Amino acid sequence: MNSLKLTVAALAASVVFAGAAVARDQIQVAGSSTVLPYAKIVAETFGETFSNFKTPVVESGGSGAGLKEFCKGVGEATIDIANSSRKIKDSELDACKAAGVTDVQEVKIGYDGIVFATDASNPDIAFAPVDLYKALAAEVVVDGKLVANPYKKWSEVNPALPDAEIAAYIPGEKHGTREVFEEKVLAVGCKDAGAVDVIKAAVADEKEAAKKCIAVRKDGLAVDIDGDYSETLARIAANKTGVGVFGLSFYENNADKLKVATVSGVKPSVETIASGEYPVSRPLFFYVKKAHVGVVPGLKEYVEFFVSDQMIGPDGPLAEYGLVAAPDAEREEIRTAVEAGKTM
Amino acid sequence: MNEMIKPASGGLVPTAPTRRDIGIRRRYAAERRFRFYGLAAIAFGLAFLFILLWSVVSKGYTAFQQTEITLPIEFSEKVIDPGNKRATDPNVLVTANYPLLMRNALAEKLGVSATDRPALKQISAMVSDSARVTLRDMVAADPSIIGKTVPVTVLASANVDSAFKGQIDLSVAETNRKVSDQQIGWMNQLAEQGVLAKGFNTGLFVNGNSSRPEAAGLGVALVGSLYLMGIVLVLSLPIGVAASIYLEEFAPKNRLTDLIEVNINNLAAVPSIVYGLLGLAVFINFAALPRSAPLVGGLVLTLMTLPTIIIATRAALRAVPPSIRAAALGLGASQMQTIFHHVLPLAMPGILTGTIIGLAHALGETAPLLLIGMVAFVANVPATPLEPSTALPVQIYMWANEAERAFSERTSGAIMVLLAFLIIMNLGAIMLRRRFERRW
Repeated sequence: MNSLKLTVAALAASVVFAGAAVARDQIQVAGSSTVLPYAKIVAETFGETFSNFKTPVVESGGSGAGLKEFCKGVGEATIDIANSSRKIKDSELDACKAAGVTDVQEVKIGYDGIVFATDASNPDIAFAPVDLYKALAAEVVVDGKLVANPYKKWSEVNPALPDAEIAAYIPGEKHGTREVFEEKVLAVGCKDAGAVDVIKAAVADEKEAAKKCIAVRKDGLAVDIDGDYSETLARIAANKTGVGVFGLSFYENNADKLKVATVSGVKPSVETIASGEYPVSRPLFFYVKKAHVGVVPGLKEYVEFFVSDQMIGPDGPLAEYGLVAAPDAEREEIRTAVEAGKTM
Repeated sequence: MNEMIKPASGGLVPTAPTRRDIGIRRRYAAERRFRFYGLAAIAFGLAFLFILLWSVVSKGYTAFQQTEITLPIEFSEKVIDPGNKRATDPNVLVTANYPLLMRNALAEKLGVSATDRPALKQISAMVSDSARVTLRDMVAADPSIIGKTVPVTVLASANVDSAFKGQIDLSVAETNRKVSDQQIGWMNQLAEQGVLAKGFNTGLFVNGNSSRPEAAGLGVALVGSLYLMGIVLVLSLPIGVAASIYLEEFAPKNRLTDLIEVNINNLAAVPSIVYGLLGLAVFINFAALPRSAPLVGGLVLTLMTLPTIIIATRAALRAVPPSIRAAALGLGASQMQTIFHHVLPLAMPGILTGTIIGLAHALGETAPLLLIGMVAFVANVPATPLEPSTALPVQIYMWANEAERAFSERTSGAIMVLLAFLIIMNLGAIMLRRRFERRW
């Protein structure tokens, strides 16, 4: 009869566990894998500095997934903060409101630069957005007509580029990085190449035209990487002439293996990104559920700690890891907004 | 035989020699070939196993050692509490500039002047940021330490650790690597003086996750995996055994039980991510259990393991010969007495083997945990199964995604720990079978 007793005990135990819905005393964060390393550093330092609060739990999973979880509703079982490598979309904000998450605080933490890099054994490369557009777009303009991308080698796109097969490892569509790549590289290159007018002439609908501008070729020369930057790094190690897209911090951590390309003649660095000189960068955010402030212990302190100069300042640990600090005035603005509890 | 071959004049056509030994050689050759295929398949499997183990062990064995700096440190009152306010404001001891103590001690040891700021900055970068917490905890535990000089062991920074283990290619240009030539020089100097040395990496098994590779450990993941295994064992063994006993011994054989059997076999093959989705919907969204908690993870993994255990248990029950049942019933035992006194004890080794294999499967599972929030950065070791936690395979996955080089050896180290657990569990299953199994 022993196993019978065991069964009863186990069932009873599980009921007791389930019944004891304890008040949460730990902040829960989810979202962008780009923001994850920064959020981890802040969470860890927060836990060490404020000994009366527990270290927040930071989940990864992507900006979209995090914001979806965030907009599920208000209460113990929902997360407090969503990290995002892009601005929240109107549709997401509407979903939030529909679920009762009415007060959402937007906090910008700084900027992230996206770099193009090849294996360290390659010669120096200088890209312009128009080169990348011509090499990677699904359709390009040849002799005034829109045709499927005929280019197979970088040197066909621009004679100054190496005489190697085009192979680019770009972030997959679920990544926030992809949006920046489309917006700051492909769309710009599309315009510079003079393809916009041709596309507009072919497609009447403005939205469709914009989509055509940023469509990436699907013939295998541009590879979507749905994993993270380590996968891109492995792909480049296997194909030495391949070009990969990385975050600035990842590149800096692996600078011995990679050679970074200039974009429009500017070499990516913390300085050139903060000044806006380097064109391919984006702001990083996190979103706070205002209804949880004051309910989840430490949430207010965590947000204030995050935006303090100790963390996001130019000499803070986030900058050391690769975050590009916002200019002084902007950081001051961020702090004022946080203190005032400004919602969207 | 010769008499069979008549001279041609006899008018008989010579017949073929006897067929008795024809094909023997061919059949032997076929068998030899077949044996060779079998051997080749095993060799192929072994080669890949070896490559896997080699790549993990060769990269990961260094993770079990960690570079430490042991140095007498002066807990100077001037640095910790310059205003002598600690009696009135205990916060002073929490927020004091502890890294400065470490830096000053190292600078003195290396003979660097206190005004050489760039050099001091480089010295600071050689010590892990976790030194702040180490020193603070020492002061918090015993405030009378202030003003004394005490030998302290702190972790070296991840870059120095990698360099000391020879994992950084020093032929690369200085600007393209994370340690400068100056720091390498100091590192060697400290190593000669015995200040800097490799020690066993206890932190790997005790610490929670950290954004600093040198301080990151598997503590949370080990405790989380332990909770998961406990919950899975406690729930799935009794439920699985009860279900199989009923299905095997009591249930009538009809359409309904056939349908149930087909479904159980089907469930055993369902991708584990599906159970994660189910767990998110039922346990978190409906039952409002906390996110990231091992309790929810355990429940999800229980659902995933149940079909495996039921199938193994039913096979074990079926393997008990009917003569045992007949004899027990014949001697007047009730159906239940027959099962619990005779059938179940004889089937136990098979049941336990199935359970352990099911548990080992659950131990290595990440996909269902992703959806219930257990793929997360957790620094505090959970005290109960309701507190956020991760699990061993999740920790491996997260470390594999880190940008810092020093995490790659830890990833392999964590894989070795997970493999060790799996080997122990599978050995246990084999031992149980050897010891208790009875053959008829």
